[in-house]
Formats: sequence, C-alpha cells, structure tokens
Amino acid sequence: MSGVFMGMPAFPEAAREAVRDERLRANLRHATHTIRDKRARAVAELDDWAELREAGKRIKDRTLRHLDTYLLRLEEAVTAAGGTVHWAADAAEANRIVTDLVKATGESEVVKVKSMATQEIGLNEALEAEGIRAYETDLAELIVQLGEDRPSHILVPAIHRNRGEIRDIFRETMGGWGRPAPEGLSDSPAELAEAARLHLREKFLRAKVGISGANFMVAETGTLVVVESEGNGRMCLTLPETLISVVGIEKVVPTWRDLEVFLQTLPRSSTAERMNPYTSTWTGTTDDDGPSAFHLVLLDNGRTDALADEVGRQALRCIRCSACLNVCPVYERAGGHAYGSVYPGPIGAILTPQLRGTASEVDASLPYASSLCGACYEVCPVAIDIPEVLVHLRGRVADRGGPGHRLEKAAVRAATWVLDHPGVLAAGERVASRTRGLHPKRLPGPGARQWSESRDLPELPAEPFRDWWKKNRPGDRA
Amino acid sequence: MSQNSRERILARIRSAVADAPEAPEVTRAYLTRHTPDDPEAVLDLLHENLADYRARVHRTDEAGLAALIARRLEERGARTCVVPDGLPAEWLADATAEAVPDGRLTPAALDAVDAVVTGCALAVAETGTIVLDGGPGQGRRALTLVPDLHVCVVREEQVVASVPEAMPLLDPRRPLTWISGPSATSDIELDRVEGVHGPRTLEVVLVRGRA
Repeated sequence: MSGVFMGMPAFPEAAREAVRDERLRANLRHATHTIRDKRARAVAELDDWAELREAGKRIKDRTLRHLDTYLLRLEEAVTAAGGTVHWAADAAEANRIVTDLVKATGESEVVKVKSMATQEIGLNEALEAEGIRAYETDLAELIVQLGEDRPSHILVPAIHRNRGEIRDIFRETMGGWGRPAPEGLSDSPAELAEAARLHLREKFLRAKVGISGANFMVAETGTLVVVESEGNGRMCLTLPETLISVVGIEKVVPTWRDLEVFLQTLPRSSTAERMNPYTSTWTGTTDDDGPSAFHLVLLDNGRTDALADEVGRQALRCIRCSACLNVCPVYERAGGHAYGSVYPGPIGAILTPQLRGTASEVDASLPYASSLCGACYEVCPVAIDIPEVLVHLRGRVADRGGPGHRLEKAAVRAATWVLDHPGVLAAGERVASRTRGLHPKRLPGPGARQWSESRDLPELPAEPFRDWWKKNRPGDRA
Repeated sequence: MSQNSRERILARIRSAVADAPEAPEVTRAYLTRHTPDDPEAVLDLLHENLADYRARVHRTDEAGLAALIARRLEERGARTCVVPDGLPAEWLADATAEAVPDGRLTPAALDAVDAVVTGCALAVAETGTIVLDGGPGQGRRALTLVPDLHVCVVREEQVVASVPEAMPLLDPRRPLTWISGPSATSDIELDRVEGVHGPRTLEVVLVRGRA
C-alpha cells in the first residue's frame, strides 16, 4: 500500500483532535444514525438474512483458499472476451501500468468511477505527475476532490461534510475545474446533485478513457460488476473508448450464480436499499456497445500478506459495504480521517495494518482503535469477526515490543515481586492511603500519562481494606 | 514486468494458503424467493417497489400501450425520442415526439435527445429492478443513459420474483444494466435524493396479457 496519508499521527492523537470538532461529530452522528436504522429495516425484510450471510462467507472463503485457480480462470475468460489482463504486485506497478495505458491512447484526461483500489494506490496523484488529469465523478468523491480533502468513509467519502459546507465548496471551486456552480446555489441536496450533474456532463460526453474498480469479478464468465447509484458509473463504463479497471485480487467470485447472494446483501448493507439504482455488468468488450478496448489490472499490493495470516485473512472477504463504519461508536466519534488510511472504521483497523504492515506508528495504533463491542461483526454481511482480528493484530504489535510494551513487562515483573512479599504490600498500601491527598489526577511517565488522560483514576480509601478487615472481622469482636 | 508479477503473485498466493485447511462447501440454504408463487401478487410487488424508489409506474394492456407511451412522452414534454433497433413499430404509433433512429449517435448527439423508449430483458419484483441486456428493442447501453427520460415497457411474463430467479435467465456475456428507479445519491448526509447523472425520470409501463 502506498503512503497515501503520509505523516498522519497515530490514531489516538488524530482522534483526540477529531472529537473536539463539534461540527464533525454532529455531521457524523446525523449521517450514521440515519443509515443505521434504515439498514436494520432493509435487512429485516429478508427472512433468510442469516443464510445469505453464511453463503457469502463461504463463497469468499472458498475463493480465497483457491485464489490462484480462480484468478487464472478469470484471466482466461476475460481474455477470451476481448479484454487484456495485467498483474500488479504493488501500487507503483499498478500506477505505471495504468499511466502507460492512458498515454498510449494519447489522452491527457480520464473520468473515474469511485474506486477504493485506485485510492489505495494513489492513482490520481500518479497520473497528475505524468500530466494526466483524473476527474472523480462520484458525488462524494467530487466533493473531496474539489475541496482538496481526504476521504473519510468507504461509501460516502465526504460524510464529514454537511450540505452547507458542500454548497460552499461547489460555489468556490467548480469554476476552476470546468462549469461553475449555478448562480444562487442553495444547500438543498437536490440542487447540489443538480449542480454536480451539470458540472460533470461535459466531461462525460467528451471522455475517451474511463477508469473504474469493480465490486465483483466472475471467474467462470470473465464478467465484471459495478454497483452504483448516480449513473456516473454507467457514464464512465459506457461512453469512453477505453476502459481500465483496477481491481484487488480478492474481488473474484467463482460463478455467475454467486452474485445472487451478494446482489442481495450488498445494497441492503451499504445504502439500505433493496437494490441500488444501477448495476452494470460487462464481459470483455461488445461490438458497437461501450468501450472497444478493455484492460483489467489485477492488484495484489499487500493482499497476499493478509492471505498468509490464518486469522487475518478473513478481512479479504470484505465487500466494502461500510455497514461496520456506520454502527461503530469509535468511528462515529473520531471520524474517518483519524484512521490515516483510505480504509477507515473497523474494517480499516484490520485491513490497513495487514496491507501496510505495523511498522509505522499509525498502523501499529489501528488495532487499538476499538472498544471491541462487536457491533461491526453483527452487521457484517460476510461475517468477518473484526474483534477477533483486532485482538490478534494487537498481539502482533505487542510481540514486536516497543517502549510501551517494555514498560508494561517491567511493571508486571515488579507487581509479581510485591504480591509475593506481603509485608512489602502492606507497607505500600498504608503509605498510599496516608498520602492520598497528594495523589495527582493523572499518572506520570510515558504510557501511563496517556492511559490516564482519558480515564479517571480510582480513589484510594482512607485505610487499606486489609487493615480494616483485621479490626472489623466478626470473629475478633465476639 | 507484468509477466513476472503474474508469476510472483500466483506464487505468493500458493505459499499463503499452502497450510490452510480446505474451505467448507458453499451452502445455499437461503430462499429462492421471498414471495408466494402468485403472478398477480408478484406484479403488484414490482409496481410497489418501483414506485417506492420514485419510478412512475403505469399499467395497460396491449391495446392501450401505444396511447399510453404517447401520453407519457407528451406529458414530459419530450419532442424527440431515440428508438433502439428492434423496438416494435406499433409502440410509437401514436407518439407525436420525433422518432430518432439510433444510427450510432455520438454521446453529444444523444444528449440533445429528450427521451428513449425501450423494452427489457426481465424485471425483478422483490427489488423493484428492470434488467436490460441490449437485446432487440433495448439498444446499446448509452441510449438508456444519456437522455433524461426513460420509458420502459415490461410485459407481465417478463417479471420474476427474486434475484436468484433472475440470474439463470440472464446471459453474462451480454452487457447488462440493472435499473432500480431513477438515478439517485445518498452522498449528502446519507440521505437519498433522486436525479443525478442517469435519466432523472423513469416511467415503467406494465403490460398485462401476452403479446
């Protein structure tokens, strides 16, 4: 994974800043609570939700167990249907492949469908460096791009912005990118959507190259699937002459029939709809309909590292619905930026450290960005046990050591000695009780200070319990 | 080199799962449909679900079809209407809008057209979805994307109850477009608003009785 958010502070620092931002918290609370209740209703409509969830989990597990077989089958089917398949081991290679493909068309601009994979690899920046301008066409991505902002949610990257902020961004920046916002633009969502329609239409109509990701790839048929709402996906997949899709290797499913599971669980989990407004499927190229050239770039970029971890590999089942973000109490308060990755929230906390490793401070802090309440696991449509993976990754971080973990080990050694020597313990307790007026509200020292910053220290009683017990025990008074 | 990366990625995958236990068989204990096998109820459900996502739904029989399509185009102020190859000529017999045949119109030329009338491959009642596969009377994908009004004719016998019932009837080698209401977005405060890049108006005509 490329360092998209280089220089990000670790989660606790970033979150501390975020929770002080009252507008951010209000925006997030409003949005996540709106979608939470709607999702619950959409899921409750299906009596067989548990069975669909189990089927989805098993389809993904089976695919991952034989991923090499299914990728080869996919490659064969896509090629037979007129597409070209490329393999990219990491972000740099994927960016190079895409940049070369765009250059070969002679074009200097592309239209993009919202895609997590291209965000993960920092494709827009790589294209920009080669003089190619990438236009994001998903409404929320457009808001992020125009606002020179970072995405904070998988499904709705501009979830941290409210309607008033969006209106201001449109008014101030649209003119610099093309058609300006209409005069007197208000903050009504319908008017904002209309402004985006007008702004992007000229770009769609002249685009020669489209870039997308995909929600699913079907191995047996070579079919790619993009699930969307606005129609910007259809525009990018249909109108250009060349289509380039960058897709993570874990997005493959074995059969066409397997889609019947995910096309039921994904829309209900993500936008709480029975079905999203538009789903496009295509297999290679079709004469006189859509792009005449199709390139599929299969992306590893750390996924095979995650696959090698017997507990962590379940994160690769993820279908990017974002239900886990919407129910997470930590995400709701800290927001997506604090996670320092394009994958925020509970799924990000287990995916990012596996894709990037836990060497950096921000990545090592992510497995701790959770209260382990388990709400994410409950709503996950492919039953990823996120708390289990979080605890597993905490173990990995702790095993590696580091200052905090050395201190903790020293403290436990000292405590063991004290508990083994009752005289020392009793003396210590008495000293602690008598000096309690002098106790600080926070603990001193690295690690301990941070720990007690967000927690109240217990109040010590005037007398140690063991002394009180000696005086008050019934047998002595009788 | 892509060729090297292909081998490298495959080798990494094989080594990553070398010690993994065999994954359990896929179970399909979920339902094939959630609706009783009653064509009348299934049609009503399609109507209800399409309307719930802001498609305008109309019902007619074969005899009333041409007049209904003409009225829909007129009421929406459509002066021009693109006609996909293979659309039954009688569907537009009463229409006053100028019929524009699809002679490989460019996207910009399509943008100047007001409406499109199509049939469909099938419709899914439980999700309120129409599926187009580019077959006769449906046209290439751009036709139902660029014009702002889409009038789609669905025959009673094309309606299935559920997604699992639809899958085996669809040909994955054809480019498919699944449409559930007019274009929409939830990107502003996770609240749903209809009408973004795709046709802002979707009029669905449900036709009773066989052709």
